[in-house]
Order: sequence, then C-alpha cells, then structure tokens
Amino acid sequence: MSITPFTQHTGVVAPLLRDNIDTDAIIPSREMKRVSKQGLGEGLFAAWRYTLPGGREPQSDFVLNQGDYTGASILLAGQNFGCGSSREHAVWALREFGIRAIIASSFGSIFYNNCVRNGLLPIPLDAAQVELLAERVVRDPQQQRITIDLPAQTLALAAEPEGILSFDIREGDKQMLVEGLDGIALTLKHAEAIDAFEAQDKQQRPWVYL
Amino acid sequence: MTQTLFDKLWQQHLVRDLGDGEHLMYVDRVFLHERTGSIALSSLAESGRSVRAPARTFCTMDHIVDTFPGRGDHTLMPSGRDFIEATRRCAHAADITLFDIGDARQGIVHVVAADQGIALPGLLQVCPDSHTCTLGGLGALAWGIGSTEAEHAMATSTLRVLKPKTMRVNFHGDLPAGVGAKDLILHLIARYGAGGGSGYAIEFAGSAVQALPVEARMTLCNMAVEFSAFTGLVAPDENTIEYVRGRPYAPKAEHWDAACAHWRALVTDADAIFDRELDIDCSEIQPTVTWGTSPEQAVAIDGSVPQLDEESDTRKRGAMEKALAYMGLTPGTRLTDIAIDAAFIGSCTNSRLSDLRAAARFLEGRQVAPGVKAVCVPGSTQVKAAAEAEGIDQIFLAAGFEWREAGCSMCFYAGGETFGAGKRVISSTNRNFEGRQGPGTRTHLASPLTVAASACAGYIRAAGEQP
Repeated sequence: MSITPFTQHTGVVAPLLRDNIDTDAIIPSREMKRVSKQGLGEGLFAAWRYTLPGGREPQSDFVLNQGDYTGASILLAGQNFGCGSSREHAVWALREFGIRAIIASSFGSIFYNNCVRNGLLPIPLDAAQVELLAERVVRDPQQQRITIDLPAQTLALAAEPEGILSFDIREGDKQMLVEGLDGIALTLKHAEAIDAFEAQDKQQRPWVYL
Repeated sequence: MTQTLFDKLWQQHLVRDLGDGEHLMYVDRVFLHERTGSIALSSLAESGRSVRAPARTFCTMDHIVDTFPGRGDHTLMPSGRDFIEATRRCAHAADITLFDIGDARQGIVHVVAADQGIALPGLLQVCPDSHTCTLGGLGALAWGIGSTEAEHAMATSTLRVLKPKTMRVNFHGDLPAGVGAKDLILHLIARYGAGGGSGYAIEFAGSAVQALPVEARMTLCNMAVEFSAFTGLVAPDENTIEYVRGRPYAPKAEHWDAACAHWRALVTDADAIFDRELDIDCSEIQPTVTWGTSPEQAVAIDGSVPQLDEESDTRKRGAMEKALAYMGLTPGTRLTDIAIDAAFIGSCTNSRLSDLRAAARFLEGRQVAPGVKAVCVPGSTQVKAAAEAEGIDQIFLAAGFEWREAGCSMCFYAGGETFGAGKRVISSTNRNFEGRQGPGTRTHLASPLTVAASACAGYIRAAGEQP
C-alpha cells in the first residue's frame, strides 16, 4: 500500500492522557475480523468507544465521540502509548480513523516502528509539555488546533504560533515519513552488502543456513 | 575491547551501519502465525516480491485456531476460518514450512520454535508477535515486529533497527521454595514499572538465573516486553546446549562442534559495561500475582490490593482507580481473600512441559474447587504428547481441568472463546489488560503453580499454603 507522505499537518487534538494505553485497547483482537489492513477504523478503541462489546452505539463520555473533538487527527497521550501486542492493526485502525500524528510522553517500541512504516507520525514530548498542551486544547478543541511541521521538527498551537515546541525524530524515520518511502525498496539498495555478508557468514556459521 | 553478550550478537548480525543509530541487521529466521502471517505474505506477494530465504521462514497456526478436542478449520471466532485458509494458501505459495492444524509439530509459535530447534543460541529471529523475546531464554537475539517489518525481513533477510541500550538485571541468591521465573519477572515489573525496560535490551543474569532450567529462562524473557524492553536475553550455557541437542532443526553432526564452540563464546565479558544495571535479592521474592490491569500492578501473594493514598503520583493513582473499578476490587483486600471463577494454564509464557509438570505435581490427588472452570492448554502438540506420555493429562483431567489441543487459546479474546464478563480468572498468561481475555473478564497473572493452587482453593492461593 502506498504511504501518504507527511510534511505539515494542522488538526484537532484529542487528549487521552492515560499511561500504558496498549494495542489491545487501541484495537481489540475481536475487531480484527478480516485478512486485511482495511476495515479496522470502526474497531478503533472499541471497548471505550462503544457501549457494548461488539456494539456500535457510541459511549458518550469517550473523547472521540464528543462533538468538540469532531475530526480529530492528532492524539495526545501519556507514557508508553502503544505498548503490548505487536499488532500493526492498531496503526492501520488509527490511520483509517483519520489520525495522522500521536503526541505522547513515550511509545511502545514496536508500535513506534509500525507508525513510521505507515505514514503516522509519533512525536515524543515531555510529560509536562503534553499536559500543558492538553490544558490548552480542552478549552476550545476546534479552535486550539495544533500545527505540526515535520521537516522543521516543530509543533505549535494554531492560536499561539509563537509558542513553538521542537521534537526529536531520527533522520531515517523522518525521511521515510516525509517522502512516504517503502523500507524494502530502501534496503534493497544494499542488496550487494547483504549478499556479501551472507557469503562470509555461511563460512562462519554454516549451521544457520538450512 | 570487552563486550556484553548483546553487543556480540549485534556485531555478528550487523550488515551495515546506516547512520544516526540505525543498523541493517541480518535476520536468520522468520516465524509467522495465522493472525498476521497471511496479511504479511499476501501483501508481499501483491507488491511483486518473494520470500528471500523460504527454507528459513516458518509458519504455524496458533492465534486463532480453536483448542477444543476434534478442532478443524472452523473456529468459534467468526471469520477465523478465513485467516486459517488464507495463511495455508499463502504459506504454500511462498514455499515456506507450515506447521498446520493436525501436524504433530503445531503449536504456539515461540513454543514450537524451541521445540523444533528453529530457535538456537546466537540466532537473530523475528516474528510478528511481541512475545518473540521468549527465545532470548536460549540466547537467541529475538524480538517482535509488525507485519510491515515482517514483510521487510522476508523480502530482504534484514531489518533496519535502532540499536537499543543495554541493561543487566542481576537476580542474586537462591529462589525461595515455590518461587519461579514468572514470579521473578512479575516482581521486577512491579518494582520498576511496566515502562522500566523501555529502550533497553536486557540480559538476565545472576546466580538465580544461572540456576533456572532453560524453559524457565524462556518464561523470564517472555515478559521482557511487558517491561517494555526491546528484548530479554540469558547467556547460553551447557544446559542450553543440552536442551538444543538433537532437535529437528538443530545443527547436524558435521556442524555440531563448531556450533557449540560458537555458543560457548556467547557470554558477557568480565568488566563489560552496561548502560544500566539492576540488582535484585531473590530471598525477598514471593509468589507474585497481579491485582490490576497492568503487569506492574502486582504484589506478593501474602499482600493486599494497595491503598490509593500509597501512590503519590496522581496519574498512577488515576490508573489505579480505573483498574480497581474494572477488576471489581477494593483497596486493602487481601489477595488470598479474592475468590476466583476460573483458572487458565497455557500461553507462550507458561505452557511448556516443565510448567505442566509443576502444576501436575501439585494437582495430583487434589480437586479443582466447585464452580471453578479450569482449563489447561499445552503450548504445542509436541508438548501435549510428551505430557500425555507421562500421564500428566490424566492428572489434570482427574483434578477437574479441561485438557486441550495446543494454541494461544484464551490468553486473549479474538471473538471466540472467553471466560465471560465479570468472571475472575487466575491465569498463567502475560497480559492482564482490560478485555484481554474477553470483554469484562478480570485477569490475575500468576505462575502455573499458583494457578493450580488457586484453582483448588477457589481463592488466590500459593501452593505452599495448601493443606
């Protein structure tokens, strides 16, 4: 599947400031019904978003069901967002729902990699900064949008453009996101190095090569 | 230069430094399962790519397949058959080895990898399942990846990886009686938090770890991911070599001596420096059980559900309140006063032969308490057959446990079987997340021995406390 490049994005921000939001919560296993990367958006946060397991009646107190957060494309979260199961369905579900970026104080490492490979931008920020942003956003979610500039590695509240925050991302991850690159194609540029490694390794560890 | 075990394994698989901390790493083995394997294989094929090393790529049926006796492609999970059939079709088209339903080698991917000698000391092995770190117990560099990375590993025999920092966790002293690897890892996570290992590859070391049987080392490493670690590792030793010897995909005679020599060098050099070291005195560890919805919410079995005011961090207190509400518990309740509805022994954490033996030793001559649903799911068809050869199945059945076919089963709920909403389960699995074992199901993680003892008592109970 082609990946949507990520350069600049401005969007409504939904705060979900729990720590350790695991990928079972992002998409319960029971919502992964088809042999496909599609059709998962409906199951996003299903256990919190709907009143009954398997049902589709919105749970009114869940942030993504509230009118103030209509069209949210950025999530604000606590520590260790996306921990647990390696299921890439969590990222596919977020993407299909319309989420483009997640700002959290830390991420599960497998989830982080899955994001980068699917055009979803994970932004690690200090917990204090996350809370500060959340405080601003909840005052008027539709007005207090956040603008993210990935090439510049900055973000700011649309209403307070002078309050720019910068964030870290590795150059390789940034390149994949900005250019919407396919990791396999990038790696196949090193095919000769892989073949050379293998030829030498076969001498040293012949039992590995079944 | 002195090196850690992890540094050695890393160096041995490094194809190229891509800069900015990213390394191109050679992948020795890829193992798939029907939950995501079918998606990864079909997506690879759609992009016109093929599996570069099919002889070193494997697949099994474990996540979705039912575990009822007499099972087939039909599953209680709606649409489960689609995953099974697609996986079978894709595996055959890609010419990789599939351990299908009915195959004597089928089972939970990480159990099968060890059973069959597909995982070996020193190998770099990946699987689209977060508990792939289990295989660190053999001294393999193994970790869980997503489906897209699995495609990458299959297409290129490599992965682009950010090199993690190194941590050593030293478990000093001897384990008290009735305390096992599961208690060690739950204790560690409770003490340092579910995020405590974030960014690190962890070597488990110290006298207590050296004394652990190889299968218990896999239990320890299995939950490294619940500590948010990149992976867990235990240095291979003579016990590991004996464990591996003679397994179907282990080195054959002509390479055996060279392989053993290679494996014996897979140790951390004296004076090697880790980015972080933790020291734990095992004499203070008791059988440990979770009370909440994160594996860090665990206490010693003679303890109580904590009081909210014991937690000064307001966010953590908020998480505690949510966990208490979900679990239907009040602060101060003694763990041993918590009645259970069900008991589950299984999963890649604790379903190997030694786990079943430990539970069976306790269950022999005892009965599951009235009203408790008790289920045992061996980790692989091979483990099941070995247990049956020892009569372990008869002990479980006589005690009142169900004895199942191999698979992941109720470690998680995929829309099929569950213990039910509001039901309280003592479980030898690895995740107590909300809804993990079914909507509203309440999970308490514990060792297989504690699960067996609790099943018989009808309450959370350590084996030592039974008459």
